[in-house]
Amino acid sequence: MKKRISNETIEYIGILSKLELDETEKEQAVSDIEMMLDFFDKMSELDTEDVAPMSHPMANNNVFREDVVTNGDMREDMLKNAPMVLDGMFGVPKTFG
Amino acid sequence: MDNILELSAVGLSERIKAGDIKVIDAVNAVIEHIENVDDTFNSFITIDKEYARIRAGEVQALIDAGKLDSKLAGVPFAVKDNICTKGIRTTCGSKILNNFVPTYSALAVTLLENAGAIIIGKANMDEFAMGSTSETSAYGAVKNPNNIKMVAGGSSGGSASAVAANECFFALGSDTGGSVRQPASHCGVVGMKPTYSTVSRYGLIAFASSLDQIGPLCKNVTDMAAVMEVISVYDEKDSTSVKRDSNYLKHLNKDIKGLKIGVPKEYFQKGLDGEVKACIQNAINKLEDMGAVVEEFELGLMEYTVPAYYTISSAEASSNLARYDGIKYGHRTDKYEDLHDLYKKTRSEGFGEEVKRRIMVGSFVLSEGYYDEYYIKALKIRTLIKERFDKAFEKYDVIIGPVTPTTAPSLDASLISPMKMYLSDIYTVPANLVGIPAMSVPCGQDSKGMPVGLQIMANNFREDKIFSIAFALEQSGGDGNA
Repeated sequence: MKKRISNETIEYIGILSKLELDETEKEQAVSDIEMMLDFFDKMSELDTEDVAPMSHPMANNNVFREDVVTNGDMREDMLKNAPMVLDGMFGVPKTFG
Repeated sequence: MDNILELSAVGLSERIKAGDIKVIDAVNAVIEHIENVDDTFNSFITIDKEYARIRAGEVQALIDAGKLDSKLAGVPFAVKDNICTKGIRTTCGSKILNNFVPTYSALAVTLLENAGAIIIGKANMDEFAMGSTSETSAYGAVKNPNNIKMVAGGSSGGSASAVAANECFFALGSDTGGSVRQPASHCGVVGMKPTYSTVSRYGLIAFASSLDQIGPLCKNVTDMAAVMEVISVYDEKDSTSVKRDSNYLKHLNKDIKGLKIGVPKEYFQKGLDGEVKACIQNAINKLEDMGAVVEEFELGLMEYTVPAYYTISSAEASSNLARYDGIKYGHRTDKYEDLHDLYKKTRSEGFGEEVKRRIMVGSFVLSEGYYDEYYIKALKIRTLIKERFDKAFEKYDVIIGPVTPTTAPSLDASLISPMKMYLSDIYTVPANLVGIPAMSVPCGQDSKGMPVGLQIMANNFREDKIFSIAFALEQSGGDGNA
């Protein structure tokens, strides 16, 4: 097994994933990710030099429609789902000093 | 009166429309049964008795007034808990959405309600549909009604067990890599992943958007065709939705004489359990007896499908699940210092182990320096796999094989080795990668009495051929026990 997830890399993955990991979780994550990457490395056996990547199963065309509001006002119901509401708005911690 | 719960969905609706059974009696029968058995099976996360009873009254009135005569009028159904239901809690099997009540319903749900079907509750599932056993749910594992020591399969395990245990007459699930077909196979019901773009994804909580499709789980093939006809509707709210032929019921009495069936050799190689193999072979023999032309062929590239699938699905999941941040809905951590800390703590508390693993792997394969090596590589392999299927469908009307390498594993046996669990998806992930429709239809049991499903795949938009074969097999009766 080739070791490729350094301490810096797992920190970086934590930032990208917006997850907080303690030391034990970090260790587990490194071993899990390496296990999966070893498995993914199977793909490198195939020559795909001239192959176009397929991001979607159907031919991709832009689909346009008129920009018309059809949903109506659901403000109250939507705010009922919010963990914190302040003056009829989503409540968040202070973000500017 | 015979047992209402034993009826098929279409059969129940016929009896309701004939005036033999009242909608409220069907709803009450299901609720009473759920109350008796669901502590054992754990098929449901949420039951909404009050809403179901109100709807029963409304639907009965429409039927009595002659304003509703759909094939599903009055039929109670379950909805996988990653499909939004207006006013009914939708958790995705996760703690992070433990109090989320959608303000709208998925189009598939609305269409079924308009057809007079009645939501009975929300079906248990692997958290965010990530898992193959329905054991990663934050609301406890689902147990297989055929043997409660075994898993129901996943991720639509609650939908499959609810149908198998007669806790509803059909259910909606979602299939990203086999999540409808595999639990259907394990529980002994019919499960279908339609062609990508057939059923609107509006209101389906996204896991991997280029692979996700809503699909039904039913007691028989006729019910499947009836449900599919209702939900296969073009929707401008899903930009990948297409207008297409969606008459499935008319293909149910077709003769299959001369239909060309391809059987990929790779589906019968190492890893396939002998008893499962015997059931599949038995089904193939039956189809041959009915006049289908069966031929073995080499599909190729099978060993690359699972790595490509897990690369793509984890990448898409890491992006889709970035929205769970504790601001607009769902769980929020109690203690935090600033906004960033709130995000991290909320997500770390709210997501389970399997979901975190996929988010991290997905973030990694999309990160600078690895994007080409993993993500783009997987997309290129997807192209190659698509070419193989295109080539096969030049020659064959359908491709058939097993759904899973084994029957349902024991509870607590799979999560200790995630890699082994991922590899068991080998027969189902190709259909999602290339977009094609595929169905699991019961074809026997192993010596322990656990169900085996036969998988039938067809080219894009050729569900008609799948329905012909599945119906013919179902009508041939008996079982194909190993």
